[in-house]
Amino acid sequence: MQALDNVTVLDLTHHIAGPYATKLLADFGADVIKIERPDGDIARRLGPFKGDVPHIERSGLFFFLNLNKRSVVIDMKTPEGRDAVLALAAKADLVVENFRPGTMERLGLGWDAIHAANPRASMISISNYGATGPYRDYRTSELVLYGYAGEMYSMGLTDREPTKMAGTAALFESGASAAAALMGALWGGKVNGAGQWVDIALTETHAGGVDRRHATAIAYQFSGRKALRAADAANGMPQGIYPCADGYVDFTAAGLRPDRVDDMLGFPEWNQDPKYRDPVLRFDPTVIEEWNANFLLWCLERTKREIWAEARRAKVMCGPLFSMKDLFEDDHFRGRGFWAKATHAELGEVEFPGRPLIFEEGGWALRRPAPLLGEHTREVLEEHGFSAAAIASIEAHGRVPA
Amino acid sequence: MKKPLEGVRIIDLCVVWAGPFATMTMADLGAEVIKPENPFVFQPMTRGRVARPTQLMLDAGNSWAGGLPGGVPGEKPWNYSPTFVSLYRNKRSFTVDLRRPEGMEVLRKLVAVSDVVYENNATGTMESLGITYDWLREANPRIIFVRVPAYGSTGPYYNARALGVHLEAVMGHSLLRGYDDTDPSTNTAIYSGDYLAGVQGAFAVMSALWLRERTGRGQLIEIGQAENAAAMFTQAVMDYSLNGRIQEAIGNRDVNGRYPCGVYPALSPGTAATMDDHWVTIHVETDAQWHALVRVMGSPDWATDPRFDTNEGRRSHARELDRHIASYTSQHDDYELMHRLQAAGIACAPVLEVSRMFDDAQLLERGFFREQTVEGTGPRKYAGPMWNMTGTPIEFIQPPVTFGEHNDYVYRDVLGLPEDEIEALRAGGHIATEYDASVP
Repeated sequence: MQALDNVTVLDLTHHIAGPYATKLLADFGADVIKIERPDGDIARRLGPFKGDVPHIERSGLFFFLNLNKRSVVIDMKTPEGRDAVLALAAKADLVVENFRPGTMERLGLGWDAIHAANPRASMISISNYGATGPYRDYRTSELVLYGYAGEMYSMGLTDREPTKMAGTAALFESGASAAAALMGALWGGKVNGAGQWVDIALTETHAGGVDRRHATAIAYQFSGRKALRAADAANGMPQGIYPCADGYVDFTAAGLRPDRVDDMLGFPEWNQDPKYRDPVLRFDPTVIEEWNANFLLWCLERTKREIWAEARRAKVMCGPLFSMKDLFEDDHFRGRGFWAKATHAELGEVEFPGRPLIFEEGGWALRRPAPLLGEHTREVLEEHGFSAAAIASIEAHGRVPA
Repeated sequence: MKKPLEGVRIIDLCVVWAGPFATMTMADLGAEVIKPENPFVFQPMTRGRVARPTQLMLDAGNSWAGGLPGGVPGEKPWNYSPTFVSLYRNKRSFTVDLRRPEGMEVLRKLVAVSDVVYENNATGTMESLGITYDWLREANPRIIFVRVPAYGSTGPYYNARALGVHLEAVMGHSLLRGYDDTDPSTNTAIYSGDYLAGVQGAFAVMSALWLRERTGRGQLIEIGQAENAAAMFTQAVMDYSLNGRIQEAIGNRDVNGRYPCGVYPALSPGTAATMDDHWVTIHVETDAQWHALVRVMGSPDWATDPRFDTNEGRRSHARELDRHIASYTSQHDDYELMHRLQAAGIACAPVLEVSRMFDDAQLLERGFFREQTVEGTGPRKYAGPMWNMTGTPIEFIQPPVTFGEHNDYVYRDVLGLPEDEIEALRAGGHIATEYDASVP
C-alpha cells in the first residue's frame, strides 16, 4: 500500500514546475495520467540527453520528472480530444494544468467545464504571474522568475550584476510548492465533498515562500533596511566560502560559536588572542581580517573532506563544495540508499535521486520508469470504458504527421 | 467550506526556516499549529540570533536577521525578528520548560490530543529531552512524527551541523551557481533547500494523514534535508548520471543553452551601494524572439549582424552580444523594458529590490501583500500566501505569534488543566510571556 494509491490525478502539465508537482504524488502512489500533446511534453526536448543526442525518449530531465506516471496522447484541440479529457476528469480527484491563462477556457476545458464533469474534483492552474492582473499574459523563465519574485537582487557582488540559482532550481521550488497545494486541494475536496479551483502564480510561490524574500520585505518596513547584494565572506570568524587544499568549504554562520571553532582548529595559540572573544572587537573588520589570514592557512593545508570531518567532530556548521562526481561517489548517500535505479527502454539502466522523504509506511516507490510518448493511451482509455472506435479516432488524431 | 486541514493539530518543535515553513504552510490550510517554547532556553536563529541582541549585533547582521522595528532591539526583540514573523502567522505559542519532568508531562498531554509532531533540530536535541518516537507513540499511537535531520539519521554525516546553505554546498549547488568567471567564494549564502524541505515536508504530512485515514496508524517520517534538495539540480545530476559530465557554474545563462539569457543594467536612479541600481532579466528562447528583440531595439547595425542570426552564433559571441544588449538596456527604465519586450513576446522583468515590490502593479492588482500587526509594532504589509485557493481561501487569521501568546488557550482549553496545576506551573516559571532574565 502507498499513501496516495487511491488518488487519481489528471495531469495536463508540461515543462518543469507542474510535472515536478505531480511527480511527487506519483512517487507516493497516485495514478498520474499525463496527457501529452501529439508531439509530447516540451521537457522531452530539453537536456541533458544521453550521449548528448536530442531524442524525445532520452532526456534525463523528462525521465526524472515523469517517473511513475502514465502517458496518454490526446489532441485536446479536437472535439473527441476535449470530450476524452472531460471523461478522464470525471474519474479524477485532481486536475492540474499549466497552460497560459485562458487556454483551458478556449479549449472548452475551463473550471466550469471540469467542475460540471466532476463536482468533487479540484482543478489547479499554475501560471507565470497568476490568472488575473496586468501581467497575466507575460512570459517568464527560470531567470526572469527569480529576478522578479525571488531573492536574486541580493545575490552576488555589489559591483556586479545579480546572479541566479543553478539550473532551474526556482522552477523546482515552485513545483514542490504546488505539490503541497495539490494535497491541500485533495484534503479540501475530501472534507467538503466538493472541489475548488486553485490559481497558482509561479511568482507568488517565490514572493510568498522562504529564502528570504518574505523576510526582507518585512525587514524593510520594520527598519528601512534593504538587503545589500554582497558575498558574505570576511564579516565573521569564520564566515562564507574559503578555499582549501582541493576545493572550497562553506562556513556561513559558523562564527556564532567561537568555542566550537577553537575546538575544530585544535585550540591553536594564534586563536587564543582575547580580542577574538571580545563582543565588540569581534565585529571589527581589521580583527576579522587578521583572524581570517590565519584561518585561511589552516584551510589550505587540508582537503575539504578533512576540514568537514573536523567541523563535524566539533559541531561547527560547515559544508564542503561538492561536485556531482563527489556526490555520486560519496559513501554516505550511497550507504543510505539515496540513489535509485530504473531500466528504461531507450536509456537502459539509469541512476537517479530516489526518495526525497523516507516514510515508515506507504512511502516512495518505483513502479515504472518515465513513460514513452503515448505508451498508455490505449490502456488508460480502455480502463475508462472508451469504445474501440473512439480509441482509434483519438489515436489517429494523436499521431504527429510524418 | 471547511479549511482542508481543519481539525488537524500539529506540534511545532521547529527551528530556523525549513521546519517552520512546513508548519506555516499547513497552518495556512487550517491546521492548528502550536509551538511549545521554553522561557529558559533560546532556540538559536528562530526568534532571532539571541533573545536580547545588542545594537551591534543587529547592525552587523543581514536585514532579514537584524532589521527589527526602528532598527533597534526594542522591549521584546524575540517578537519582532523579520525572519520569525515571516514564518509564524496562523500559529499559536505557549511556554513550557521541557527540561523538567512536569514540563514533559505537559507535552505528553498535548501529544495525546495532537496529530503531528514536527521537528528539525540539530541531531540529538530531541533525544536529550527524552522526546523519541517510542515516547510519542506511547502517548498517542496515531501520532505522525516528522524529523528533518540535515543528512539523515544514519551514515557518517548523521550529526553534521548545517544550515540550508551548507547542505546545498554538499549537494552541488554552490559549485553550480554564481558567476562563471569568478571563484565560488563570491557566492552569497542561499537557502533554497529550506524552501524545498518546507513545502515537501507539508506534502509529506498531508500524504501521511491521507494514509492514516485507511490504516489508523501514525508513523515516523525522515526528511534528510540534503537528499531532499537534490531534485533542484536535476539537469546537473542527470548529466552526470547519463554522461559522466561534471557541470559547472554558468552564471545567468540558460541551462539549455539558448541565447541571449542574462541580467542587464537598466537606467538606475542610483548605485548598488544604496541599493538603487536597477537591472532587467532577458531570456530569448527562439530565433523568432531574437529577431523580435532586434526590432524592439530599433534594429541597430550590430544587432543585424548575421553572426547573431542563429543560436549557435549568439552562443559563440555571447559576451560581445551581452555588451551590446547592455548598452541598449542601460538607456531605459526597467519596467518600460519589461512592457516593451513582453509586448514583443520576450520574457523580461525587472530584478526587484525588495522595497519596490510594494509598488508592483501585478502584485497590487492581485492583492498579494496583506496587513498584519504584531503586538508592539504598527500595521505592516506582509507577503501573501503561495496560492490563491478560491474555495477555501487562505486567510491570515493570527498575526505572527508573540512569545507565550496562547498560554491560556493551551493550558485551559486544549489541555483542560485544573487551576491549581496551572498556578503551580506558573510558579515554576513554565508559563511566561518573556524569556527569563538569565537568557542572553
